[in-house]
Amino acid sequence: MSDSSLTDLTISEARGLLDRGEVSSVELTRAALDRIARVEDSVKAFVTVTEDLALQQAEEADLRIAAGDAAPLTGIPMQLKDNMTTTGVATTCSSRMLEGFVPPYDSTVTKRLYKQSAVLMGKGNLDEFAMGSSTENSAFFPTRNPWDLDRVPGGSSGGPAAAVAAGECYYSLGSDTGGSIRQPASLCGVVGLKPTYGVVSRYGLVAFASSLDQIGPITRDVTDAALVMNAIAGHDPMDSTSLDIDVPDYTASLGKDLKGLRIGVPKEYFVDGMEPSVEASTRRSIALLEELGAEVAETSLPHTSYALSVYYILAPSECSANLARYDGVKYGFSDRDAESMWDALEETRGQGFGPEVKRRIMLGTYALSAGYYDAFYLKAQQVRTIIRREFETEFEKFDAIVSATSPTVAFELGAKTSDPLQMYLSDVLTLPANIAGIPGMSVPAGLSDEGLPIGFQILSRHLGEPTLFRIAHAFEQASGWDAKRPLLGA
Amino acid sequence: MPRITSEEVSHLALLCRIAMTDEDVELMRDQMSNILENIDVLNQVDTTGVEPTGHSVDLVSVMREDTVAPSTDRDDVLANAPRREGDFIRVRAVLES
Repeated sequence: MSDSSLTDLTISEARGLLDRGEVSSVELTRAALDRIARVEDSVKAFVTVTEDLALQQAEEADLRIAAGDAAPLTGIPMQLKDNMTTTGVATTCSSRMLEGFVPPYDSTVTKRLYKQSAVLMGKGNLDEFAMGSSTENSAFFPTRNPWDLDRVPGGSSGGPAAAVAAGECYYSLGSDTGGSIRQPASLCGVVGLKPTYGVVSRYGLVAFASSLDQIGPITRDVTDAALVMNAIAGHDPMDSTSLDIDVPDYTASLGKDLKGLRIGVPKEYFVDGMEPSVEASTRRSIALLEELGAEVAETSLPHTSYALSVYYILAPSECSANLARYDGVKYGFSDRDAESMWDALEETRGQGFGPEVKRRIMLGTYALSAGYYDAFYLKAQQVRTIIRREFETEFEKFDAIVSATSPTVAFELGAKTSDPLQMYLSDVLTLPANIAGIPGMSVPAGLSDEGLPIGFQILSRHLGEPTLFRIAHAFEQASGWDAKRPLLGA
Repeated sequence: MPRITSEEVSHLALLCRIAMTDEDVELMRDQMSNILENIDVLNQVDTTGVEPTGHSVDLVSVMREDTVAPSTDRDDVLANAPRREGDFIRVRAVLES
């Protein structure tokens, strides 16, 4: 079997080959490593490639498969966004501040994947500390979109989305604070799920905005997302915000029809500045859901336009507190030349953080400071309540709410770097879900005239993941868009 | 007129303990002013009597049994310290002599 026919498989297809003994995990891993060697110079989706570890894990996985003890993800090569800790493997958050930091412990998601004998190919590039929408804020290098190397992959999980789209791994885990899984999944033509807040443990996820951050899968199809969710979801005593719930088998929601499902289309989600090809695709996708038997109706979420402002108060506020720990004393970058303690602290943080991270720490400190707290932080928390209730009311009428994932297709590198606000607008359709804590999924929904992927977003109520999987899978089967792969000179 | 002055930005930078040049301060002043102006739209929302949401889920204090278990290995933790002396992290003087 040739290299690309192996690396383009889904997890479930690779599982079949492994279980029938037609391919070994070592062969899958070598194929992925070959693919990385061929495309990584142009895509740059990895901060670290863990070749030796991957081959060692693949050998162990092959023993487990031979013993008849394979779990769904045993022996399948994967990647983790580089803000999830991995014992003995550098975890940088794509920041100078954590360059060379080797964590002494595994995040819970790492542990859960290792328990299934997953194979770690390496760590995915991101916007520094997951702050950004294009992966251009990585302190090391930007990642490029496999569909067009002059364009961004989205962000902040741009490395994970690009790696999955480019065939460098079978799946990756991203984190989503305002759209950082769904927006890059949309721009790279892959599936991305942000679960309900609290469904996946955040233990070992380097904190950005703790009340909004959530880990989730980035995969080639909806079935694979369910398989990864089955592995990573569930209560964790190490995360005090982890929900103590019985996790369903997410694959049980696949292969069902949409008859009787009520789906709302909020008119505010066709925002100003939405590209015509994105709007056309979204309307086609909605029509397809109707053909599949869903009851579709227009609705309204009037406070949507305020979500961006709420987000840009709450996320920086939480980040300013979370990133106070980087002091150059315990770990990470440290200015060695400074004389006094205060100079060392200021120089460490001045040199260690990039511009976007500094901007958010400053904004958050401003919003939390005496005299401004009520006008900014408290006000934003109150509007957060209104947005949350608005969703709750809608989900009494509807099982799901659908829209485009991003108002635009992938944009060119450098197009939005000089204006932070323009970049922030990339997440205008995704961040309401983080504010409300509800789950959201982006699924491929066709290509624009220029041949760039467009994503379709499905939102559901608190713990409504089974509904997301049911709709997304039926949509994918009927549309066939999951089969599209970038050419990348292959 | 910018929403926030250079003096305010410098003071914030001190609170954040981030060293900034005069050029950094000017750029930050303009960018923060622009962002803050856009955030002003929140004042259009009537929030009288609305409870603030800090978290999308109701948080409760989580307790566990106080059981003895090994903690992270000392050398593994100290391996990341920028400056180490024996089993300690070396720091700069807090109080000037």
